[in-house]
Amino acid sequence: MSNSAVLAAPVLASLPRIALVGNPNCGKTALFNALTGARQKVANYPGVTVERKVGELLSPAGARVQVMDLPGTYSLRARSPDEEVTRDVVLGRFEHESPPDVMVCVADATNLRLHLRLVLELKKLGRPIILALNMMDVAEARGCRVDAAALSAALGVPVVPTVAIKRTGVVGLLDQIDRSMMVMVGDGPPAPCGWSEPSARDLRAYHQEVESILAAALRDAGKPSLATQRIDAALLHPAIGLPFLFLVLFLMFQAVFAWAALPMDMIEGALGWVQAAAGAALPDGMLKSLITDGIIAGVGSVVIFLPQILVLFLFILILESTGYMARAAFLLDRLMGGVGLHGRAFIPLLSSFACAVPGIMAARTIENRADRLATIMIAPLMTCSARLPVYTLIIAAFVPERTVAGGMIGLQGLVMFTLYAAGILSALAVAFVLKRTIFKGARDPLLMELPAYRLPSPRDILIGLLERARIFLARAGTVIFAIMILLWFLGTFPGAPEGATGPAIDYSFAGMLGHALAPLLAPIGFTWQIAIALVPGMAAREVAVAALGTVYALSETGDALSGSLSGVLAADWSLPTALSLLAWFVFAPQCVSTLSVVKRETNSWFWMLVMIAYMTLLAYGAAFVTFRVSSALLGG
Amino acid sequence: MTAPVSGPISGPASAAVPSPVARMTPGPAPGTSSDPPSAVEGCRLGALRKGQRAVVTGLDESAVATPLPPGELERRMIEMGLIEGARVEILHEGFPGSDPLAVRINDHTLAMRRAEAHAVLVTLG
Repeated sequence: MSNSAVLAAPVLASLPRIALVGNPNCGKTALFNALTGARQKVANYPGVTVERKVGELLSPAGARVQVMDLPGTYSLRARSPDEEVTRDVVLGRFEHESPPDVMVCVADATNLRLHLRLVLELKKLGRPIILALNMMDVAEARGCRVDAAALSAALGVPVVPTVAIKRTGVVGLLDQIDRSMMVMVGDGPPAPCGWSEPSARDLRAYHQEVESILAAALRDAGKPSLATQRIDAALLHPAIGLPFLFLVLFLMFQAVFAWAALPMDMIEGALGWVQAAAGAALPDGMLKSLITDGIIAGVGSVVIFLPQILVLFLFILILESTGYMARAAFLLDRLMGGVGLHGRAFIPLLSSFACAVPGIMAARTIENRADRLATIMIAPLMTCSARLPVYTLIIAAFVPERTVAGGMIGLQGLVMFTLYAAGILSALAVAFVLKRTIFKGARDPLLMELPAYRLPSPRDILIGLLERARIFLARAGTVIFAIMILLWFLGTFPGAPEGATGPAIDYSFAGMLGHALAPLLAPIGFTWQIAIALVPGMAAREVAVAALGTVYALSETGDALSGSLSGVLAADWSLPTALSLLAWFVFAPQCVSTLSVVKRETNSWFWMLVMIAYMTLLAYGAAFVTFRVSSALLGG
Repeated sequence: MTAPVSGPISGPASAAVPSPVARMTPGPAPGTSSDPPSAVEGCRLGALRKGQRAVVTGLDESAVATPLPPGELERRMIEMGLIEGARVEILHEGFPGSDPLAVRINDHTLAMRRAEAHAVLVTLG
């Protein structure tokens, strides 16, 4: 009796799960946000690097339902890692996970001819499907009329019209989800589906079917978006297109520095306050040093970059949701093709200007493995935010505040721009070499959709930014936290003996390591102080300035430190040494976070080691050439 | 119905990176104008200029050198809506070299390079 009762209980110990599936540019993420609101989080699929976005909703019938936002795909025949995730989730190929209970296919009502084929493919899997007919507002504006009832009859699938960014139709969708789930429970557990990749003939047959469905349900195809065509006539114009893109990028970078300045000051102030409070509250000793100097200062030096990263991602999210990113990839495809990169590599490389970690993760959308690896390998050469404190410090110390070109251009700004350009040009050069040697091969076809322009939804952008902030802070709280404790340990023990005269760090493991490395770094002009500061600096660029401060036995922090440090360095270093250090910083792989992401994304230690090797070689070579040439020219 | 037009002999599959020595992909070099396509017989999408409209009559991936396995380019093109009967129009051309193309296909717009557009057989009008 009890046995059969246990067997008869529905196997819903965990929450019922629905998945949102659809082509890219169908408004799926907006629908996900509409369904789950802020109740979403990002986690990891087991054994796979692509993150999963999961949220929860409360259905009208009172059931808690888990919602998964799957990466957009044109077909279940996956072509890139993130499309593979969609395929594997839908087919239930993840080991400890059953396939979703209900699939909500999201389709653009103005583009059914393209989007319905995927719906038909998913229908073949035999599981409950709901079609969310999205962007009905755009359809109406363009005179495109779809008979939802006729569509539902022809497809054999419930159809719910929605306007995801305005949250319209969500109630109807939730009702339908309830109904579909009841049907599903009644039918029992889903039968395993046998799916095989459709051939060209199968795909053509699907399209025939789509045509006959549209004949029954599409009352009026409507007119294409006139606004999009007019805007594109300007933004894709041979003379206007590229200059406009560079203008947008220039403004973006200006905004990153200008808008992030105030929040960064505020964070610095807050950190200083916390540090002082902790210092006052704790008794002197190792624990106080660990907490104030190791953890607060260390993790703080990374967290302070959050505003810059968020401002850059604000622009990236806006550009992506308006549809301009695809135009940028269009405009740059030729230039990037010159070094062998796909136009789509633009987005990971642009993201890397804030921080290479999300940039490298964004490479998942590049289908071709060789292209993806090449993009990952060059991403860290883009000048990330963490290099800026060192650049700023050295420029302030060594570059006079003059103007050139008749007072038009500030010399300091020019040097900064040159460093940025060096990063970009070296990345392109490395890509060129890589694509001719180890990643040799033609590029994958472009075949990229140019979606209609649309206004971004502020709420969706905000949710996207919060997600970014959460990921960044989670990393700071875990990986960076651990690294900073380790660095503090290396920099503190075994400690100065009685009556020691040098700075404390000189007598630590870091100091010993630095002194051991000093002879190797002497040919490129690095002093032993630089060698010691590089020991923690190789793990995270952000700590380089603080490490220099420690080596020169300065006790200030933040801007005060930079101020007095630049005075000290200007007196202590020669100009060739300073230039050599700048050249080193352009190339050197000084970020454990980046390296660990590379290892994760490439699923191997090999490429991570290759990156360490080639970047270190480039750094040493560039520093060497810079030091020797500038020494010869300046006699320093 | 319409037999695919016999196109130029495809070169051996190799890197489609533009090289100054010899172009391995058949078709006009980017930037040069193609022979004016005859309105009667078919031509290739990659040969059209901005503003021209056509209807797709077939896919011939042997005309394009890509790193993809055989049959894959054709399937991808079908998945992106390039299928017999689709109405296409060249909306924009890139710079420099009027490559890539922004092509309207029925209800959506696709960016593609002239080299891969050579796999699409069309008739004008």
